[in-house]
Formats: sequence, C-alpha cells, structure tokens
Amino acid sequence: MSQFYLTALQLSLCLGPMALGIFITMKVFNIPDITTDGSYTLGATVTAVLLTSHWAAVAVLPICMSAGAIAGFCTGLIHTKLKIDALLAGILVMTGLYSINLIILGRSNLPLINIPGIFNSFSFFANELYNQLLIAFLFIAILMGMLYYLLRTDFGIAMRATGNNPIMTQSLGINNDRIKIIGLSMSNALTALSGYLVSQYQGFADINMGIGIVITGLGSVLIADALRIWMNVKSTAAQIVLVLLGSLIFQMVLAFTLAIGIDPNFLKLTTALFVLLIVALPRVSRQLKKS
Amino acid sequence: MISLTHIKKIFNKGRSNEVVALSDISLKIDTGEFAVIIGSNGSGKTTLLNIIGGAEKPTEGSIKINGIEMATLQEYQRSKWVARVFQNPHHGTAPELSILDNFRLAALRTKQKKLSIGINPAFKKQVQEKIATLGMGLENKINQSMGNLSGGQRQALTLLMSVMDDTNILLLDEPTAALDPKSANVILQLANKLNHELGITMLLITHSLKDAQQFGNRLIQIQEGKITRDLNAETKAQLTLTDIYKWFE
Repeated sequence: MSQFYLTALQLSLCLGPMALGIFITMKVFNIPDITTDGSYTLGATVTAVLLTSHWAAVAVLPICMSAGAIAGFCTGLIHTKLKIDALLAGILVMTGLYSINLIILGRSNLPLINIPGIFNSFSFFANELYNQLLIAFLFIAILMGMLYYLLRTDFGIAMRATGNNPIMTQSLGINNDRIKIIGLSMSNALTALSGYLVSQYQGFADINMGIGIVITGLGSVLIADALRIWMNVKSTAAQIVLVLLGSLIFQMVLAFTLAIGIDPNFLKLTTALFVLLIVALPRVSRQLKKS
Repeated sequence: MISLTHIKKIFNKGRSNEVVALSDISLKIDTGEFAVIIGSNGSGKTTLLNIIGGAEKPTEGSIKINGIEMATLQEYQRSKWVARVFQNPHHGTAPELSILDNFRLAALRTKQKKLSIGINPAFKKQVQEKIATLGMGLENKINQSMGNLSGGQRQALTLLMSVMDDTNILLLDEPTAALDPKSANVILQLANKLNHELGITMLLITHSLKDAQQFGNRLIQIQEGKITRDLNAETKAQLTLTDIYKWFE
C-alpha cells in the first residue's frame, strides 16, 4: 500500500471517533446533530492552544473532550429544554462556536510544528507513520470497546430505546431529555477527540478546519448503514466496526479521487456527491426493482 | 388508590379552537379495582388516562396516587406508580430492540439504569418463564427484534412488561383496538388475570360494550368531559348489553 493510502488510513482512524459520535446521535438517538462542525474545531483549537502552552498531550485529552461535551450539552439543553428542533439547536451552537474557537485560538491558524504531541509521546516503530497509525488505532479500538460495552449496559439499552421509541421510554421511567443531553455530550466529546487527533496529525489547528466535517462523519455512518443492511448485520459490535469501516471507505474514496488527478478544489464537492450517492443509491435501486 | 378532585382540562385555552376535554371530574378508584371506562369518541376518556399517566397536565384539579400529589410530576416520574398499555401496539415497545432488551427496561421502570450489564442468565430465565405463560411460543425468541412480532404479540408482551416491576396502577387505553378478536381476547383475559392475581388497580378504556360488560368490577361512562354514570360491581353485573347500548342512544 502506498504512503498515500496509508495517510488516508491514518486520517480515517483519526476521524473514527467523530464517526462514532455521529453514530450515537444519528443511529442511537435519531437526532440530526450538526454541532459537529464546531465541536471538531473546538477540540483542535483547545489542543493547539494547550500544546503550544507546553501542556502534555495526555493531559490535554480530557480537557479537549470536556470542551466538546460542553458544546453537546448546550445543544442538548437548547433542544430539550427550549423545545427547539435539534437541527436548529446544532446550527446555533455551531455558529456560536466559531467565535469561541476564534477567541480560544487567538488567530485563524496555529501551527504545531516541533511541538510534542500524542503521536510522538510513545514510540513503537521507527517509522513515524506506522507509529502514528498504531496510536490512532489504539485510540479507536479502546473507544469502540467502550461504546460496545456502554450500549449493552442498562443505561445503553435506555439510550437505544429512547432513540427508537420515546413514548415507551417516557412511560418506563426514563427521562428522555436527560438521556438525550448525555448522548449529545458524549457524541461531541468524541468529535472533539477527532479534532484533538487530526490537529496533531496534520500539525496545525485552523478555524475553518471543521467546515463540512459533519458530512464526512455522516458519510461514514451512512456507508456503515448501507453495509449493515446489505450484510444483514444485527449485532451491536459489528455495527460499531462497520462505522469505522465506513470512515475508512470514505477516506479511501477521497484519496482515490485525488490520486486520479481531480483538482483538490473539488474535494468538498466530491465529498457531497459521494454522500448523495450513498443515500440515493439504495432508493434508486429499490425503485428500479419495483418497476 | 387513585383520587381525582375537580379535574378540568382545556385544550387551546383562550383561543378560537378552545376545547373543554374534561370539566370537573372527581373520581376515586380503590386499590385492586378494575374500572372500565366507556364513552363516545371525543368524550375525554383518553385525556383522563393521559392526565393520570402524566402525558397531559390538568388545567385545574388534583391527582393523588396513594395520597401523593401527582399533578406536578412528569410522566417518567409517575411511572414509579403507573404503568401503561397504549392503543397502538407500536407505542409500548421499542421495535429495533430485542424482546429481552425491552423486558430489561421494563424491569428497571422504578430503578436506576446503571452502567452495568443487567441481562444475565437468571434474568433471561425469568423473562422466558414469564413469556411462556402467554402460550404464544415467544419464550424461545427473546433475542428477536420486537419489530418482527405481530400487533397482538407486541401488545401481550407490553402487558407482561408492565408487571415486570412493582406496578400499582395499570392504564389500558383501548389496548385491543388494533387487534383481531382472538388476540384481543388474549389481552383482556391476561389483564383480568393480572388484576386478580396481583391485585393491580386497572383502568381500561374500551369501545367494545361486550368487553365493558364482561370485564372489570366497575363501569364508568364519560360523556362530553363529565362522568355521567359510575356503577359498582353489583349494579354492573345486572346490566345487559342492550342496557349499556341504550346509554349511547
């Protein structure tokens, strides 16, 4: 595999936590949350500012995730307590986060060149890229394990049921509002973690790095969903693995697009078209079968 | 015991489309009673159950369960005392979750949902034994998605789920409306059995006058938001179907 595709693999692993976060909001809770664009950048800006202030990368991690969780908490609060549509609540928080991120960052771009980060905190291989791959893989493996465990717990069953039938959960003593706020906080904490990983991987945090990132996460989850239906997957563990696979396929498609010489300016357009294709293809296929 | 005092419910108050759903309802249901509520469409039966269950807040009045004021409590908080079987079989269960997961949540209705795995072999056995009493052969399908079951099967399981935890009161809002006659009979016989064996207080809304005559030990008629008839077991036992039918003429 060429260095080019290994880089895409690394990026897919770094973006994996965000895909898992979107899986929680979109598939578990059935909430379209686009706070993602803001909380991803928030994760990156908090990371960049703290690392350049000589904080240890390991210490930055919980702060960065907490910042993301607070963003999700705000979206949850606006959605549940003010009864504002989740989509609009997400847009409001995402818009607000742009200014907050700019204040945190103090400028539009902060480089992290020669600053020790999580990817050079541990050394398993001489090859830097392999080292980065392993660290990112360890992160995502731990997260997937934790998410799998969570969804099997009593609290996890309550989470899944809330997204599936809120009328039932309300009558079974579940505070739907509370559990949705927790879910949105968790999801955005994971998204901020992706911001943490990507900023260190690419060596900078940029105020615009989150624009449209939700589509990447959404695309990963949609690919996972298409694969789940196609493979008739029922188990929770397999669904979580498929989300990571979705993230990998998504990045590989983008890498392939660049490899065949498509202008990088068209990358966002390609991303949008690819997601459209994933969404539309099963519907078109169903319609063709009917006719 | 359920005690409703001067309950009033007005929808869209002060607007041109204002509707008085309930006007000055006062009612006491004793522990272990099985009250059947009948009434025309729009008479306020479901609103009454929604107010007891917490899905609707009364405009005026007090609701007490075992002496505790409920009017300010949310629906999820009232689930400590009140369980509910909805008219729509899809409302009482989570279709994408397995039968086992649904029963697990039901078993935790009055308890905290912790970050620990509660489904163990002992719990599975308990659920299987409970489901086996239905005689529907579902006890060996506990890992199947609830969504794969028929409306009747789901409604029967919802009814069983309502007694997985300590239930004082069970609200049955036309639970057989969407079911075929055979399934409907299974549900009502099961409700009757639960009332007799566990002493659960039950309120059943039905449009079937035959069921209203056959089940329960109290019959209440609601018309235009008011209780127009309230008969005890003895009086109810003397009624014929024709007598009840005449109430609606």
